[in-house]
Amino acid sequence: MSVAISVEGLTVRFGDVTALDNVGFSVEAGEFVAIIGPNGAGKSTLLDVLLGVQKMESGTVKVEGLDKVGYIPQRKDLDKRFPAKAIELVVCGAMGFWPLVKRKGFEERALRAMKRVGVDHCAEQQISTLSGGELQRVYLAKSLVRDPSLLILDEPAAGMDLAGEADMYHLLLDYQKDYGATVVMITHDWEGARVHADKVLLLNKKVIAFGDAKDVMDEARLLHLFHHRGHVGESHDKEHYHD
Amino acid sequence: MIEPFQYEFMRNALIAGIVLSGFAACLGPFIVQRKMAFMGSGLAHAAFGGVALGLLIDFSPIITALFFTQLVAFLIVWLEHRSKLSSDTIIGVLFSTAMALGIIFLSMREEYGADAFSYLFGSVLTITFNDMPLQFFLLLMAGIVGSGYWHRWAYATFDRKSAEVELGKKVRSDDYALAFFIAFVTVFAIELIGVLLVSAFLVLPAAAARLVSRSFAQMTLLTFIISAISVVVGLISSYHLDAPSGPCIVLAQAGLFGACFSVGMRRG
Repeated sequence: MSVAISVEGLTVRFGDVTALDNVGFSVEAGEFVAIIGPNGAGKSTLLDVLLGVQKMESGTVKVEGLDKVGYIPQRKDLDKRFPAKAIELVVCGAMGFWPLVKRKGFEERALRAMKRVGVDHCAEQQISTLSGGELQRVYLAKSLVRDPSLLILDEPAAGMDLAGEADMYHLLLDYQKDYGATVVMITHDWEGARVHADKVLLLNKKVIAFGDAKDVMDEARLLHLFHHRGHVGESHDKEHYHD
Repeated sequence: MIEPFQYEFMRNALIAGIVLSGFAACLGPFIVQRKMAFMGSGLAHAAFGGVALGLLIDFSPIITALFFTQLVAFLIVWLEHRSKLSSDTIIGVLFSTAMALGIIFLSMREEYGADAFSYLFGSVLTITFNDMPLQFFLLLMAGIVGSGYWHRWAYATFDRKSAEVELGKKVRSDDYALAFFIAFVTVFAIELIGVLLVSAFLVLPAAAARLVSRSFAQMTLLTFIISAISVVVGLISSYHLDAPSGPCIVLAQAGLFGACFSVGMRRG
């Protein structure tokens, strides 16, 4: 298998604060990687570096398929008062910029993507009226609409109920299988990561551990990572660990 | 109703107002959605510093105002990208400085500054037939610049992070383009409606449109329609009430804002 993501000696600093310190790992094409770590661990910063929107102080980062990456940002970064229908957001994903007028071909493609993730019934709904889970699914449709070979997801299941989370994993796994796509996602769902991810990266400014999910996620390591806070092993204890 | 437009100066004012409405549609929705309402007002006050400098050195006040506002627009975006301050604080710092400089420049003049104060209030009725080619050139430019950047400005307005991922460094250079365009329009609008009312054109029609729009494209189109209707209503009422045209146009915008608000409330 070819290497999709290669990171060596990555260091990022914001003034005097070190966000990432000598981080290194590599992801093979077609792998599903979950990134887990406490608040302020540098998870989102790492994604930003992979996406090419964050400068690094030192290190080497190579990412294949970045020109057509599927990306889901954190919901807090969006302007929720923006006047737009859900389908426009997905059309935007297909076109690469915000649509001024309706374009039939792109709309059909967007609707197919929305149907694939089960939100085609929300197509004409205002973004501001979507629930957290619906918005995440619309974003998933946006990220899949161009059939990317790389998906980078920042807490894609945030705001979803347990059934929604399970659905999200199945959709991602199906897509990964069908398209041979590489998936990198930040998650606070330890159990989900343990069951579904091929590899897990435990991060706290440095790489605490990286490898097969079942090997990496032992209780002692997670206790060390989260400094004994919360309840290790309870997979849905999100309230405590949101970034 | 159309009686006022039998006069050439009223027809010229109408054309200038429609041109300004085109600008308002290009920029207003971004100013409102990006919470930059203070920017139009800030740049207009900064332009006053430029006008005062032009009067002091006996050079075209509009050209010095254009230079001043472009400089301030650049500094607003540059400082926003490089400091921990929010844009409204940066605008407050810069426009106070530019305004203070303007007052110092005026005080250094030997003549009385009545001509400077005409820029504070402006008058759309002073536009002449000779200004028309320039008006059409400006409208054409607004259309070209607005349509060229609209897709990218809109994407970055809704979801800046995703826009940066897809468009890369263009998002930052687009911020400068937006600020420069607002500064340019501000100076152009000062001649028509004056420093004190210029931000109304950039904010009120777009804010009204937002209340009843279901898409950003619709908001852009409605901004133009609301702005153009305000110009017509404002000019007619100004003629019949024998009141200043600029404030009448702005009050018409405020009236339409109220109407849109009640429509929006009914829709829920």
